Amino acid sequence: MTVTEHQQSTYIAGQAADARIRFELETEGMTLNLGPQHPATHGTLRIVVRLDGEQVVWADPVCGYMHRGYEKLVEVRKYQQITTLVNRIDWLGHFANEVPFILAVEDLYGVEAPPRAQWIRTIFFEMARIANLGLFLGDMGVQLGALTPVFFAFRDREHVLNLMESATGGRFHPNFDRVGGLKEDLPKGWVDECRTVMKRQRDFCDEMEELLVGNEIFQKRTRGIGVIPRQIGLDYGLSGANIRASGVDWDLRRDSPSPLAWKEVDWKVWTHPDGDAFARYWVRLQEVREATKIVDQLLDGLPSGPIMAKMPARLRVPRGEAWVSTENPLGEMGYYVVSDGGPGGPFRCKIRTPSFNNIHIVPWLLKGVYVPDIITILASLYFILGDIDR
Amino acid sequence: MIAALVAVDVTTYGWVTALKVGVVLALIPAGALILGYVFLMKMMSHMQSRLGPMEAGPHGVLQLVFDGIKFLQKEDIFPDRSDRRVFALAPLVVMLSTFLLYIVIPAGPRLVVEDLDTGIFFALAVSSLSVIGILMAGWSSANKFSLMGGLRAAGQLIAYELPLVLAVVGVVIQAGTLSLQGIVGAQAAFDMSFFGLFTIPSIGYFIPQFFGFIIFMIAVQAELTQTPFDMPVAESELVAGFMTEYTGFRFLFFFMGEFGTAFAFGALASTLFLGGWYIPFGFHDGLLGDLQGVIVLFTKIMIVSFFVFWVRFTYPRFREDQLQTFAWKWLIPLSLLNILATAVFKVVF
Repeated sequence: MTVTEHQQSTYIAGQAADARIRFELETEGMTLNLGPQHPATHGTLRIVVRLDGEQVVWADPVCGYMHRGYEKLVEVRKYQQITTLVNRIDWLGHFANEVPFILAVEDLYGVEAPPRAQWIRTIFFEMARIANLGLFLGDMGVQLGALTPVFFAFRDREHVLNLMESATGGRFHPNFDRVGGLKEDLPKGWVDECRTVMKRQRDFCDEMEELLVGNEIFQKRTRGIGVIPRQIGLDYGLSGANIRASGVDWDLRRDSPSPLAWKEVDWKVWTHPDGDAFARYWVRLQEVREATKIVDQLLDGLPSGPIMAKMPARLRVPRGEAWVSTENPLGEMGYYVVSDGGPGGPFRCKIRTPSFNNIHIVPWLLKGVYVPDIITILASLYFILGDIDR
Repeated sequence: MIAALVAVDVTTYGWVTALKVGVVLALIPAGALILGYVFLMKMMSHMQSRLGPMEAGPHGVLQLVFDGIKFLQKEDIFPDRSDRRVFALAPLVVMLSTFLLYIVIPAGPRLVVEDLDTGIFFALAVSSLSVIGILMAGWSSANKFSLMGGLRAAGQLIAYELPLVLAVVGVVIQAGTLSLQGIVGAQAAFDMSFFGLFTIPSIGYFIPQFFGFIIFMIAVQAELTQTPFDMPVAESELVAGFMTEYTGFRFLFFFMGEFGTAFAFGALASTLFLGGWYIPFGFHDGLLGDLQGVIVLFTKIMIVSFFVFWVRFTYPRFREDQLQTFAWKWLIPLSLLNILATAVFKVVF
């Protein structure tokens, strides 16, 4: 049996931890497997934790139980077929996965979608953010033991998904983006309905603020737990709300040149100086609110015109490479697409997902915390397993 | 219930004992079913804007009965490395403590299985028996989650036993008796007059013993391992805590124990603080008094349980160390102050 370097270092670390424990107290540590089948891991993440009583000595996340090989799969698909696949990477932020890929291909092909398509893309992008982060707002409650918020979250997310379905035909996997535009225009009456749903989402945010943020037990459980200092967060390459909660004012929607319509509307990037679990929850709560405001403003100024640029029936992308990343609900998501100029799909496609980079901080963050705080920290980092193991 | 009423006058001792055992045996599943259905299934569902079970029986009332049948059909699994005898015995110990609780609770002027002189002392003593069962379950399962759940339960239940007992001491001082029937009688005789201007008829001790009542209810919440204090079974951390490895009817025993104990503690809280089976009007003796007592006590249990479960569905849970801090630094000193104040008032008035 061959022992990998990783297994070897894990073993050595375990021995060292045991030695440390035995030196202080005549006790024996305990290795606990959280996952791959554990109710708090959102899927199949496995975390091996070495415990001293209820305190963590070291923790090691093991991912890959749900690897589906999307980077390899897209190499044998045509460009038009790939949005179906990448929809399933971060399954809660469905539409937001398609956009950076399509933007990268448009960049390679040298075409830009008409303004109406870009605005509708932005609306759906923000709705995916609401659906994704809205669920987080409730899920954080259930991880801390409050059962009710998650049901409220599912109830109100349903309205967003209904809107998605009425426009795209897909409740969970819209598959609505095309190279050079969108599949269809919005149905009649959709805009008015969307406004009432956005109002509803803001009410939901208020409800969560009363039910959880204002709750003393919730604050006791989250304040000062899992603190990520600004520099450590930057060193580990965190992105999204995780780094904004550590006081870094960095949002790709504002800070990168993008053909989408974020620059046309008035909104704010929220940050929090604390960097703890509470700050991450609070920043995401504000982000959902901002997203509803963005959607409202975009609906007001929605330009008319075509939704599809002039495209040939058979897409032949010229030789070249492109990198496009956007600010997805979970953080920075990017596609590095290489084309060899052939009639098929991309020659190579590297997918940079936010969750995969965000969980790298887990071993550093979990040192010395208690078992209940493991759950708090994991929930507040907010990863989607499909986004880790794409 | 009717059978028990008739049986009180039967002189054959064996018959009476058998009937009493039968009543207690019937009470636990009935109480567990009622609480489980009304609160766990219906109230929780409606609070979470959903319907809950609707298909089994009218409005889903039979759902828990069918769930019970389902549990009985399941395979009785022992984990490979478990301590089989302890593992099998643990749910029974938990159930035993629930059974013994029902013995001393009076439901009417004559309707009590055994009116012990040390009634409340007995009830609190047997309620802590369940810790042993939970610890046995956690240890014998050979599962790390179970072990942690069991140890957490032991620490928690012992810590909250103290404020529970100390809160009751206030009532005992005011009533001057340990017998639960005696405490109900003392509350019936107790009325608050405001400087001779007007008199409020007895509505129980929860106004003079208000702080005691609050402390008692918080401690009950912890004793029942309901949500702000549900670390022993914290489903997002420990899967199902000490119950993780249990299946089939042994799991059903834990479930019935949980809700049966909730019902019994609801009865204890209403007996100690809300006047038990007594209300200021209506019948206070004879057959009608017994019948009315059952209805009154049941109503009070449901009101108390409503608050217990309302808190359960709303709050997140504490962390283990925060829970201990709360018990030792706040609840116990406050309950000691409550005893002091009660004793002073008792001597002065």
